[in-house]
Amino acid sequence: MAINTALFYIFSAVLLFAAFRVVTARSPVYAALYLVLAFFNAACVWMLLRSEFLAIVLVLVYVGAVMVLFLFVVMMLDMGVDQLRHGFWNHFPVAALVGVVIALEMAAVLIPGFNLSDAPVADAAALKLGNTKMLGIEVYTKYLYPLQIAAVLLLVAIIAAITLTLRRRKDSRYQNPSQQVRARKADRVRVVKLAPTIELPPAPPEPAAAAAAAGGEKK
Amino acid sequence: MTGLTLGPVTLGHYLSLGAILFALSVIGIFLNRRNLIVLLMAIELMLLAVNLNFVAFSHYLDPARSDPMAGQVFVFFILTVAAAESAIGLAILVVLFRNRATLNVDELDSLKG
Repeated sequence: MAINTALFYIFSAVLLFAAFRVVTARSPVYAALYLVLAFFNAACVWMLLRSEFLAIVLVLVYVGAVMVLFLFVVMMLDMGVDQLRHGFWNHFPVAALVGVVIALEMAAVLIPGFNLSDAPVADAAALKLGNTKMLGIEVYTKYLYPLQIAAVLLLVAIIAAITLTLRRRKDSRYQNPSQQVRARKADRVRVVKLAPTIELPPAPPEPAAAAAAAGGEKK
Repeated sequence: MTGLTLGPVTLGHYLSLGAILFALSVIGIFLNRRNLIVLLMAIELMLLAVNLNFVAFSHYLDPARSDPMAGQVFVFFILTVAAAESAIGLAILVVLFRNRATLNVDELDSLKG
C-alpha cells in the first residue's frame, strides 16, 4: 500500500507540473511535448487504479496518434508566438483566483465525502478474467449498439477531416486515370492525307561556272 | 481522515487530482485566450480530468451494488469522441490558417471569409 501511495504522489506531481507547463509554455511545440508527458503520467495513474486496458489505450491513442497530429499541425502552421503571447499574464490573477476556487471547493467536497481508502475486493472470477477481457465483454454485449455508433462517428471524423483539408491546387498538373483509360486511338492520332509535294532537283549550274570550278579543282 | 494527508490513497485523492487538473486547464483557457491551438490542448486536459474521475469511480465502485465496468466503458467512448474532436478541430485550424494566415482569436471576427 505504501509503495502505491508513493507512486500516486509522484505521478500526480509530474502530471500537474506537466499540465501547468502545457498552459504556460512559450512555444506550442513545448506545450505539445508537455501534453505527452501529462498523458503518460495519467496513464500511470490509471494503472494504479487497475484499468490496464484504458491506460494502454491512452498511451497508444493519445501519445501515439493525437499528440503526433498536434505536433504536425503546430510545426506546419507558422504562427507568430510573440504576438499571441502579448499580454499573456494580464489575466493571470483572475485565472488563478478562479482555478484555486474551483480546486479548493472541489477538494473540500471530495476529500471528506469520498474517503474510501480500500477498493472493494473483486471476486475471484473477475480477477481471473482481467480488466481487458471484462471491458471487452461489456463493450461487445451490453454496449454493442453505442460501440457501432462510435465507429460511425470515427468514420465521420475521418471523412470530415479529409474533406476539410483537401484542396486542389489550380496550378498543379495531375492525371485523370479514368479519362486515360477511356482514350481511343481516334482521339490521339489523326491521319491526314496530304498531297505529296515532290521537290525538284536543283537546277544544273551554268556551264561556264561549272567548267571554271572544274578547272580550279584540277590545278 | 480529512484533508490531504500522506495516509493511504483514497477515492477523494483521485477526485481531487482530477479537480486540480480541471482547474489548471481552466486557467490555461484564461491565459491562452488568443492561441487557438493551446486552447485545444487545454480542452484535451479537461477531458483527461473527467476521464480520471470516471476511472477512479469505476475502481472504487462496489461490484455487488452495480456494474463497476460501466465507468471504464464511458471512458472508452469519451476517448473515441475526443480523438474525433481533436482531429476535426485541427483540420478546421489548418483550413483557418490557410485562409486567414493567423491563429489569433482576436482577429478571427468576421463571419464571411
